[in-house]
Amino acid sequence: MNVATLGWLIPGVPLLLGLVGLTLGPGNGGPRRLAAGLGIAGATISLAVTSELLLGATMPLEAQTHWVSIGAIDVTLGFSAHLAALYVALAVGVVALCVQIYSIGYLHDDPRYPPYAAQVSIFTGAMLLVVTSGDLIGMLVGWEVMGACSYLLIGHDRRLPEAPAAAVKAFLVTRVGDVGFLLGIALLAVDAGTTRISTVLTHDYSSGTLTAALILVLAGVAGKSAQFPLHTWLPDAMAGPTPISALIHAATMVAAGVYVVFRLYPLFEQSPAALAVLGVAASITILLGALSATAQDDLKRVLAWSTVSQIGYMTGALAVGSPAGALFHLLTHAAFKALLFLAAGAVIHAVGTNYLSRMGGLREHMPVTFWSFVIGLGALAGLPPLAGFWSKENVLAAAAHATDGGGPAPVWVAWLVWVAALFAVAITAWYATRLLLFAFFGLSRGHGPDGPDWEVGFDDARYTQPHVPHDPPGPMRWPIMLLAVPAALLGLAAYAPGFRTALELTEPHLGVAVVLPLVLLALGAGAAWWMWRAVPGVDPAVFLGPARSLFAAGFHLDAVQDRLVVRPVQRIARLAKATDEKVVDASVEGTGTATSWLGELVAEMHKIALPFAALVVFAGALLLTIWFGAAS
Amino acid sequence: MNDVYPVLLVATLALPALGAAVLAVSPARRAGWIATAFAAAALIPIVALPFGHESPPPGNLRPWAEVKQSWVPALHLDFHLGVDGISYPLVALTGLLTLLCCGYTIWKAPDGGKPRTLLALLLVLETGILGTFLSLDLILFFLFFEVTLLPMYAVIVGWGGEQRRRAGRKFVLYTLFGSVLLLLGVLTVAVHAGTADIVALNGGGGLSRSTQYAAFALFAVAFAVKAPLWPLHSWLPDAHTQAPTVGSVILAGVLLKMGTYGLIRVGVGVTPLGARWAAPLLGILAAAAILAGSLLCLRQTELKRLIAYSSVGHMGFVLLGIATLTATGIQAALLGNVAHGLITGLLFFLAGAIKDRAHTGDLAELGGLRETAPRLAGLLGFAAIASLGLPGLAGFWGEAFAVVAAVRHGGALWIVLASVAALGGALTAAYFLRLLRKVTHGPVGTAVSPAIAGAEWFAWAPLVALTLAVGLVPTLVLAATSLPVEALIR
Repeated sequence: MNVATLGWLIPGVPLLLGLVGLTLGPGNGGPRRLAAGLGIAGATISLAVTSELLLGATMPLEAQTHWVSIGAIDVTLGFSAHLAALYVALAVGVVALCVQIYSIGYLHDDPRYPPYAAQVSIFTGAMLLVVTSGDLIGMLVGWEVMGACSYLLIGHDRRLPEAPAAAVKAFLVTRVGDVGFLLGIALLAVDAGTTRISTVLTHDYSSGTLTAALILVLAGVAGKSAQFPLHTWLPDAMAGPTPISALIHAATMVAAGVYVVFRLYPLFEQSPAALAVLGVAASITILLGALSATAQDDLKRVLAWSTVSQIGYMTGALAVGSPAGALFHLLTHAAFKALLFLAAGAVIHAVGTNYLSRMGGLREHMPVTFWSFVIGLGALAGLPPLAGFWSKENVLAAAAHATDGGGPAPVWVAWLVWVAALFAVAITAWYATRLLLFAFFGLSRGHGPDGPDWEVGFDDARYTQPHVPHDPPGPMRWPIMLLAVPAALLGLAAYAPGFRTALELTEPHLGVAVVLPLVLLALGAGAAWWMWRAVPGVDPAVFLGPARSLFAAGFHLDAVQDRLVVRPVQRIARLAKATDEKVVDASVEGTGTATSWLGELVAEMHKIALPFAALVVFAGALLLTIWFGAAS
Repeated sequence: MNDVYPVLLVATLALPALGAAVLAVSPARRAGWIATAFAAAALIPIVALPFGHESPPPGNLRPWAEVKQSWVPALHLDFHLGVDGISYPLVALTGLLTLLCCGYTIWKAPDGGKPRTLLALLLVLETGILGTFLSLDLILFFLFFEVTLLPMYAVIVGWGGEQRRRAGRKFVLYTLFGSVLLLLGVLTVAVHAGTADIVALNGGGGLSRSTQYAAFALFAVAFAVKAPLWPLHSWLPDAHTQAPTVGSVILAGVLLKMGTYGLIRVGVGVTPLGARWAAPLLGILAAAAILAGSLLCLRQTELKRLIAYSSVGHMGFVLLGIATLTATGIQAALLGNVAHGLITGLLFFLAGAIKDRAHTGDLAELGGLRETAPRLAGLLGFAAIASLGLPGLAGFWGEAFAVVAAVRHGGALWIVLASVAALGGALTAAYFLRLLRKVTHGPVGTAVSPAIAGAEWFAWAPLVALTLAVGLVPTLVLAATSLPVEALIR
């Protein structure tokens, strides 16, 4: 048996076990244990196969079989993986496994846990399909199934009234991007006559077709990877259960877009215009995400906006011609963002709120969670020697290098990305420090802005004991601790030659170039710390002044989207319905009514009295006689 | 050995007809089982038919099995039946859906007339529909096309909702209008070509250009009414909303397919020059149908009406595929036909189940289905997601490859049409998500009993399984289509 056929198991097992899991009924007890078993088994098996292939097999792995021919277009069912793809699959597997284990604790009292676990499995399988598919259609299958799963999972929480709307928004916004994705794939496939990626990559496209197809593909990428202007769904998606946020942000969904550009990079390299579009979107996204993160009060929303910004770094790296840098950042980001979300889940689990303004002073009660946050936020901000430092450094170096020209992208794009990325280093450091200080230091604000809920007096019964937050139980704690390891150390993998060749990564060189981002980092973090010291216990975001509400609302882009897209569509739909009823259908009904009316008229005419009718008949006969008589 | 296939072909038609006749004289209590038995028996020759499939020499329309008997030579009417890769999936779908509907009716007969009569009508319908798909003679095709009309009218008027008479009347008059045009077209072709044999006529059969133009125009309008193509669709929502569940399933599942099948087999096959001449207009109308259908769905407030309008959009994709006149497009259309039959059949079953339980189909009054009836909500979610064209499920292939075919056709117009169709795909997602949000999420509206009866599983499970199977292995439908499609557009 070809080793590559083993690769089918990587996406296949979680997908299959997920489908099996969907048939389980809701409820606690038996179905629950079975569902947990299926979920963990799916992630574990695909993780094991990935590791096996990563260690043992010779690259690249290719296996394909004919799927279907539609007209002249051949669709293959293909597995194809290079080392880089397997590393991504590994990251997906690890995060998915952590999320599955964590969810057992997080959803311990939810009767709808079985379908949830199954959906997580399918979600994971779909992402693995995108990563390992050797065919554009296979990739599209995984791509869209992820959208559907994200819809189901974001809408899972029945207690949140905003959850269904957020779920619909996530699916719809990404689906709008997918209009472009489908058309882009269609253009690529029609020209190449097949949807097999290896053939598509080597096919010789005309530059016009290529640029059009790639920009269309980028629309889909922007949707899935939450890039401007299709990023609006991601912050709202925080209505989903926290483990789902971890899954969406770290390993699936948002990573998929970056991965697809990476996969199709040989084509992108040939199209400076497409890279320029990507670069501009990336620069806007980096700053938009970072600035919006500064003013959020919801812990998860800070992290969500930080994801938007960090994915911008990845697409920025792609735009300046460094796919390796993008992938490296994708991997480290997967580690530290999964860690941050799972740790955020622990905080929310303990204090019962998402709001930073109701936290504070958590450090002493939740040491494990606190240190996880320190590692995660440090990596996010790019603090050496944590993982994020190395990968972000790599992206910055690539952008700086591309400003010299000679890369696939125009020089101005490189400048744009570089400047945006540098600014964002400072902003990221600022909001990471703010988050850490505001949530974990100072006094507890667990009882609201007015302090603890007790009154001066002698009645002890009126004094409510503050609820003491604590670190989460085992199933939630272990995944957090496990993820802290790669979040801290994964960056050092850049020194491992095997890893470097797999990603085609350049060796890290800690020269003078490192100084500038580190200075910016220190400035950002220092500013936040200084503000916190200046007015202790108060949100450093007050120093943003009038910009605060603008940032908090994400630059009001939701409102813009509502005004420019949602409402016009609704208006057109109303118009279409009115037209359908008042014009199309009314003309049909009108034909019917008119016919009946005509019938009645003729019937009426037949009702005239006999003498008069006889007279008319004779008159007619006479007339005809005269007529023909005259003619002959 | 080869002699058995013509017998099977006749048996496919004869068994349901015989079933209807037996029902007329059998006791009412046993009617359900008798009808189901005959519907199941009709599936046996249908399942056996593909074994007669030998790869034909390419380049010609060559059915796997054929029966040809002269009937009324003066009218060019032969009793000429045959099955090939284009018609077979629809034949199988018809057999399956009729069986499911008969089994479902044993458990739950809709209010109205006697269940026995309804079952007999379903079997007569099956005969008519199968005959339409199997006919290889234009006049015979027309006869079977007409046979389906009155039973469907009777089903709507006999077992429908409150405004059934009005809806039934509209349905029958509107489609009769289409039939008149079809008759004109059929006679035009038969008189000019001197034969009505579809095999002989394939590729034009020596018809002059102007005859083909005229005949295609007649065919196109006739089939567009049946399919229905926007703006000739307005009989559909009323008919669906008022029809009983099984009526809606048959109507959406297979009856509409007679229009798209006719357009492929007769329109494109017999009058190819006319098809090429009208293709841009057809494409524009198809894209308009996709957009109009999805936009109309966004504003619907009634469950069955929404699903009915969704058919307009989906049939738009099928017609877009046909209008490209490429092998890719026509194969996508064939896949889209079958997928729509499976998925919309399932959707109507589920809508019927919800309406029966909640006694309302008003979206504003439904809600919280996932709390009260999680399995029903799960199935509805599955069907809706399949219908919005999720890759990996049946609905995807037809819609995505209709878009691909339009791109492949090339030219500014077709690229625009492809974009409009793809945009329609996003709008389709919008209205199905709106539907799910209203029905399954949110606060509990009308309480719905969660129990699902065995007969319901019997009717739904095959559709769910096939939706998944066709999605994963589209070759199930497309296996034998490539040669006949090549022959069609040659």
